Amino acid sequence: MSQIINVEHLNYRYPQQSESELTLHDVSFSVTAGEWVAIVGHNGSGKSTLAKNLNGLLAPVSGKITVDGQVLTEDTVWDIRRKIGMVFQNPDNQFVGATVADDVAFSLENQGVPRDEMLKRVADALAQVNMSAFATREPARLSGGQKQRVALAGMIAARPKILILDESTSMLDPEGRADVLATIRQMKADSDLTVLSITHDIDEAASANRVLVVNDGELVEEGTPAEIFQHGPALIKMGLDMPYPERLKAALKRQGVTVPATYLTEKGMADWLWQLISNK
Amino acid sequence: MAIDFKQVDFTYQPGTPFATQALTDINVTIPDGSYTALIGHTGSGKSTLLQHLNALLKPTAGTVTIGDRVITPETSNKDLKALRRHVGIVFQFPESQLFEETVEKDIAFGPQNFGVSEADALKTAAEMLDLVGLDRDLLQRSPFDLSGGQMRRVAIAGVLAMAPQVLVLDEPTAGLDPQGRLDMMEMFANLRYERHLTVVLVTHQMDDVANYADNVIVMDHGKVVKTGTPQDIFKDPDWLVAHHLGLPKTTAFAQQLMARGIQFDQMPLTEDQLAQALVQQLPVQQLGGATDDE
Repeated sequence: MSQIINVEHLNYRYPQQSESELTLHDVSFSVTAGEWVAIVGHNGSGKSTLAKNLNGLLAPVSGKITVDGQVLTEDTVWDIRRKIGMVFQNPDNQFVGATVADDVAFSLENQGVPRDEMLKRVADALAQVNMSAFATREPARLSGGQKQRVALAGMIAARPKILILDESTSMLDPEGRADVLATIRQMKADSDLTVLSITHDIDEAASANRVLVVNDGELVEEGTPAEIFQHGPALIKMGLDMPYPERLKAALKRQGVTVPATYLTEKGMADWLWQLISNK
Repeated sequence: MAIDFKQVDFTYQPGTPFATQALTDINVTIPDGSYTALIGHTGSGKSTLLQHLNALLKPTAGTVTIGDRVITPETSNKDLKALRRHVGIVFQFPESQLFEETVEKDIAFGPQNFGVSEADALKTAAEMLDLVGLDRDLLQRSPFDLSGGQMRRVAIAGVLAMAPQVLVLDEPTAGLDPQGRLDMMEMFANLRYERHLTVVLVTHQMDDVANYADNVIVMDHGKVVKTGTPQDIFKDPDWLVAHHLGLPKTTAFAQQLMARGIQFDQMPLTEDQLAQALVQQLPVQQLGGATDDE
């Protein structure tokens, strides 16, 4: 499998930071084409800064970023941005169209997609996120969750090779979040899309093939979701929610109950409790 | 301070081709001193209802009674200032409303707007910073040099500086990490007692509803479809699913246990409630307090 993103020894500091400070420090990782990687970390850990370096919104102090075979430089940044779709937490910052449909069409117009195909892609994308009824509305008048769906529709229509989600489901209700995650899984199945999702949501992290943990600008750990979730209460420090079985274990302990030390899934936890109670 | 809705309708851009009815026949009371959660799926009308709580929007039909002030479609936009002082709204991403040179000036802006002297407003600003758990060292800093979580606390301090009786929170923890969310929710719970506030929380987090609210209003398609205690609302999981709402994590997990044959006298809503219910049923030898297989 080919590497679609390769980051080597990336260092980044914001212009107002002093020479001794770094927001990202010696970050190296790679992502395989078609992979779904979740990036987790508490607020201020440098996750969003990392995402903005990947498509050249921020320029690193040093280090090398390669996207789909192209080294990121001033000359290649426009090519690379065409390959990467980004959805931010607060889509107000990225709306440009007067109507929802115009907004979804914006990047297609820039790419010179023929009008007939553009109309079809926009309609399909809005249908996928359940926003067809809102095609002629003003984006500014939608609710937070509806805005996030429209921003995602823009990416579905644009068909990037890489999709970066920067807390893009944070404003959705639980059902909306499940819908969006299902839509992204469908996009991946249709097109071998690579997904990087920056998230605090345990379900979104669980959807990934791999989880990278960022702390104070450094990559401190990586593993499968199950490997990372074993950390239990320490997950909160990593900027992730605790999986429910770990929360219940903590509550049972407070009641004086002896609980297993190993990580249990929800099913495993239910099995364990049922066995104890039914054999009493 | 109680807020009462009677037969309230609201239409955005009425009389234009963009007219959309967002609220229909709302009859609901937010009791004085309650911690009321306002829930409903995306686009159900929660944010529109919220803007009626301090007359940012006026009903297109019906009346909203806020304390002793009655708001009707005919109410003039003048003289609403006092009302807005009593009902403080913390909007989504409130940090985007910060604008002053220093934290102190930003928090003091609201009270000064309501005629408080500069000296008194600055004194209030320092007190409010304590209340939201920030260090007074930050008073002279630019709000734009702070972290996202700190900026949000400054914005909330700005709302509290007006000494509202009702504090309305629109998804106040969106975008915060889990530790930040927990700290923020605990802060509101403490503020409620210290300042004797009525709290209205708009949220998608059913766990927050279970942990903090004592009254719940459920909206769907611009209507109020249910009101009651969290216990009333969450005891019928099928009904919640039909209205595109989730369950608290504990209630969802209790359902899995019930499917296996474990019974509960009352539906547990929080992990502590579930743990207490399970302790009654677990074998005695399990109650040692240690951790297995280590």
